[in-house]
Amino acid sequence: MQQLLDRFIESRGWTGDWAIELVYFLGMLFFAVALLLVVVTPFTGIVSWAERRIAARMQSRVGPNRVGPQGILQWAADGLKCILKEDLIPEDADRILFTAAPYLVFCGLFGAFAVLPFSEHLVIADLDAGAFYVMAITSLVPLGIIMSGWASNNKWSLLGGMRSAAQIISYEIPAALSLLAVVLAAGTLSLQGIIRAQGWSPADWFLFRNPFLFTGFFYFFVANLAEGNRTPFDLPEAESELVAGYSTEYSGMRFAFFMLAEWANLYVVASVVNVAFLGGWNVPPIAEGVVLTILQMVVFAAKSLVLVFVIIWVRWTLPRLRVDQMMLLCWKYLVPLSFLNVLGTAVWMMIVPEGSAAGRVASWLLVLVGLSLSGLFGLRVRKNLKDADVGRLYLNPFS
Amino acid sequence: MKPSDLFFVLLALMTVAPAFVVAFSRSLVHSAFALLFTLVGMAGLYGFLAADFLAILQILLYVGGILVLILFGVLFTQKVYTPAVTTGRFAFAPVLLVGAVLFAVLFVVLGLGISWPIAEARPAEPTIRTLGNLLLSRHLLPFEAASVVLLTVLIGAVAIARKELR
Repeated sequence: MQQLLDRFIESRGWTGDWAIELVYFLGMLFFAVALLLVVVTPFTGIVSWAERRIAARMQSRVGPNRVGPQGILQWAADGLKCILKEDLIPEDADRILFTAAPYLVFCGLFGAFAVLPFSEHLVIADLDAGAFYVMAITSLVPLGIIMSGWASNNKWSLLGGMRSAAQIISYEIPAALSLLAVVLAAGTLSLQGIIRAQGWSPADWFLFRNPFLFTGFFYFFVANLAEGNRTPFDLPEAESELVAGYSTEYSGMRFAFFMLAEWANLYVVASVVNVAFLGGWNVPPIAEGVVLTILQMVVFAAKSLVLVFVIIWVRWTLPRLRVDQMMLLCWKYLVPLSFLNVLGTAVWMMIVPEGSAAGRVASWLLVLVGLSLSGLFGLRVRKNLKDADVGRLYLNPFS
Repeated sequence: MKPSDLFFVLLALMTVAPAFVVAFSRSLVHSAFALLFTLVGMAGLYGFLAADFLAILQILLYVGGILVLILFGVLFTQKVYTPAVTTGRFAFAPVLLVGAVLFAVLFVVLGLGISWPIAEARPAEPTIRTLGNLLLSRHLLPFEAASVVLLTVLIGAVAIARKELR
């Protein structure tokens, strides 16, 4: 994007700090607003609809199907309703903090979009410390959650806020360590650099680069699920215990902001996992120019959306963990294992140089392992479907 | 006055103004949350000094780590809701007098007496590669010493936590 702005300034023949800085400022503001309007809002809206539909199918219900074809405009109706609702602030709440908290949560997640790539050239800012930046800016989220929990002056909210903060700062460690293993393998912290260090074929992805990164993928994914407060780690808003956790007292647009942030987080998680392990926008060299960019965008979005689907799928199939189980999983399993991962990746890189024949063979073997694991999973699903003995299966999502 | 100067003023205000809330607020929780804006503003000032890595580190460590820890401490403190636990205002006039005299002396000596060298504006270059190389070559000893200190702290924390269980 910076090159685009540079070219724009050059083409107009503007000189002087004033013009250049103003163009940069307005340009970046324009990109931020465009990103919010074109990518974030429609995405979060449509995912909110998709999640409800998928959840409904998994529970033998229909789900929202009235607004627009198959209910796809449900999110617009919901948003409109939230704007029209009264902005209720409890009398005993801390007014300033109560009103500020949703913005803080939203800023933390929206800030992450600044470095998320969409294709090779389509990225707002390719920061040199991009992976680091994502971790840093999303650490504003637990603060916003504590703020909302405390300011609501409600025991459920406070419990939810505290649980969430404890959970997020705990799971930041395995997430950061697993990402560190990827950074070791890529030799850069820039998200675009990490993608460039991979290739288009699965054997070139970091997921299958070595056995340690293969397991690291799962640690990173689980840790990110926990950081995003998604089931099986949705203790902060556990409906059966805490009403709605930290967002209990919120209504109208402020509540919508929390929900917007939650679904925006789905995309952030999915695309960071995609960048780090699944090769990002890498496509086979079959096109160039605009076609290539479009192809890269499609590939990147497709991989991310598959991951988003997996996250939704996990939410509606697994039960919630207890607080002690959640902490146990993090501190006794994920943290030591991800330390082992960093060490193992470093040792592997010394023994098996990048691009060597042994490395290629190991990658392809790991691809085979991955394929056979998904094959076994498919067989298991088929057997379960056969054994389920339900009268009729509603597998058509549009019925 | 360039747009960036305006930004600098805004950032400086964002750093300094909440600092007053931190010092003078009657509520500990408000102080802790005001600290958030001060820390983020400082990260912005680091960004202005072309220290991109330091700016990100500031947010990650101070906002994401230390501030959350402070908030945990504050929220678990009993009687946090009563204003009695905030700093009191005693001997207001003498303190103001001493502060004003000190400020005047320092302003005359440091602000007017010394001609500060002004560094040339450099293009913002990524600092992370240079920092990494320096940390692992020239400054390896402090780096390793810091990690030993951190390990000691970790073991100490585990030891303290275990004692209560027995």
